[in-house]
Amino acid sequence: MVPKEQIQASVKQFILSEFLSGEDADELEPTTPLVSAGILDSIATLKLVTFLEEQFSVQIEAHEADVDHLNTVEDISNLVLSKL
Amino acid sequence: MNLHAYLASAARERSGHAAVVAQGHKALDYRGLDALSDRLRDRLVALGVAPGDRVGLCVPKSADSVAALYAVLKCGAAYVPVDATAPAGRNAFILADCGVRAVLVEAAAADALVEALAELGAGPSALRLEGVGDGSGLAAALDAADAAGEAQATETVEAAADDLAYILYTSGSTGKPKGVEITHRNATSFVEWAHGALGTGADDRFSSHAPFHFDLSIFDLYVAAKSGATLVLVGEEAGKEPVGLARLIAAERISVWYSTPSVLSLLVQYGKLETLDLSSLRLVLFAGEVFPIVHLAALKELLPDPVYFNLYGPTETNVCTYYRIPERVAEGRVEPYPIGVVCDHLAARVVDEGGADVEAGSEGELVISGPAVTRGYWGLAELTAASRLEGDGAVVWYRTGDLVVEEEGGNYRFVGRRDRMIKKRGFRVELGEIEACLSRFPLVREVAVVALEGEDGVRVKAHLATGDGGRISLLKLKPFCAEHLPLYMVPDAFAFHEALPKTSTDKIDYQALLALEGE
Repeated sequence: MVPKEQIQASVKQFILSEFLSGEDADELEPTTPLVSAGILDSIATLKLVTFLEEQFSVQIEAHEADVDHLNTVEDISNLVLSKL
Repeated sequence: MNLHAYLASAARERSGHAAVVAQGHKALDYRGLDALSDRLRDRLVALGVAPGDRVGLCVPKSADSVAALYAVLKCGAAYVPVDATAPAGRNAFILADCGVRAVLVEAAAADALVEALAELGAGPSALRLEGVGDGSGLAAALDAADAAGEAQATETVEAAADDLAYILYTSGSTGKPKGVEITHRNATSFVEWAHGALGTGADDRFSSHAPFHFDLSIFDLYVAAKSGATLVLVGEEAGKEPVGLARLIAAERISVWYSTPSVLSLLVQYGKLETLDLSSLRLVLFAGEVFPIVHLAALKELLPDPVYFNLYGPTETNVCTYYRIPERVAEGRVEPYPIGVVCDHLAARVVDEGGADVEAGSEGELVISGPAVTRGYWGLAELTAASRLEGDGAVVWYRTGDLVVEEEGGNYRFVGRRDRMIKKRGFRVELGEIEACLSRFPLVREVAVVALEGEDGVRVKAHLATGDGGRISLLKLKPFCAEHLPLYMVPDAFAFHEALPKTSTDKIDYQALLALEGE
């Protein structure tokens, strides 16, 4: 079982390197809104889903790729955790 | 002729046929849609809505919201749809600007909207809907209102052709959205043209991908009703998710698809189309922006059977030119297809800055006249006047702002814009509206927003002068933008400067900023 902290760290690292290069890592908190704040757009969301599926060997359903499931690092990690 | 006559006639002739399908719900038939919109009409009249009034709609796409817009039309009023996911302050500005008498709002968004309206000194009657989908949410809200006092039965108002049917707000260069006023005649002249030219029929199943505040929705809603066909609603979230969207097209056996090219580009790249049976599709229509040829060619390769049309036209005219995409995309073609020939119900010319016709084959601005040309912008007489050619007597020529070249065969080719409006995922974006927003961010001294063309469409980049040239965290800037602008207007990228480059007349030098991209 992968601990939640490890999932969070991995998701955070991916988002920082892919979509927020040059940003201070401390500014991205587990509860920072991402989709609703325009930080992850629809293409970024698709890339994130691909990353999660490959990294954690999980299947994200089409209806889960939305603001309700992917808006924060915390939400994203919980979604992954629920599938492990 | 008016728009709600299409519903009346379908309810008479196709009463038990599915009119609207919302995902995860049972279909609402034409009889049911007609009856539900009659009930809401009576309630709106009881709330004081009279012919000539405006009514705001801030409700996610659903059979409920389709019934709602017909109900407003049946009152002889005009509906004003706003993006339920956009900031409440922006929506309140829109609804206060055109002075809506009443507003229908989904419960979740209601408090924020009513509060934002009150801050602007506006207090329209609000009817709250909970749990919209197949119309039962609206029916329940009407039951609740009836329990407190039955609404009197009223008659549908047979709106005149020149009465206002709806107002669509688009991005405004001054930082405030502007409302395009569309009459029944404007809309029905387009619907009649589209129905005839594209040959839609009662067996068709239309997609409804565009939100109702976007003018692509007019085709979906009313050409489907005119055809007595079924409208399959695609929700805001589902519309952005390509795998689910592709499955929806297959499962619902959609035959007439209409969306922006961005959506089709996403579908072809990420939708796993090759795994699905999409043989129901017979017409694929796109509009709103240039379709990158690489994605269009890939789509036609995967789905060779449907007929593809590039439709073109601003909200102020709806579709005014159209082009049938050839069977085969020539190998190695990089040039996007033309926007096509003028629609039969309209006339087009290409003019220079003084309004004189240019020589055939020369670049100029496309201007349009005819029954679909709208009468202007709500409360903005100067802007309305500036949007027309001067001195053409009784004939109004709307200036599209789009530069075109007429090719042999009468097809127009889009060359560029005359101003600073761009299309982002099909939505109109005035770069000035984004600049107005960013200039209010505390650390920003100067701002210039530019559009960059890329393989995957347009990207918006904001250049900010912060005094010391220091960067501001995207985790602060983007949420600030998202609080004031719809998400499609939030810049994709930011750059930080000590000061922005200036021209000799001390204006911001946009060309110099664009040139930075090449470095």
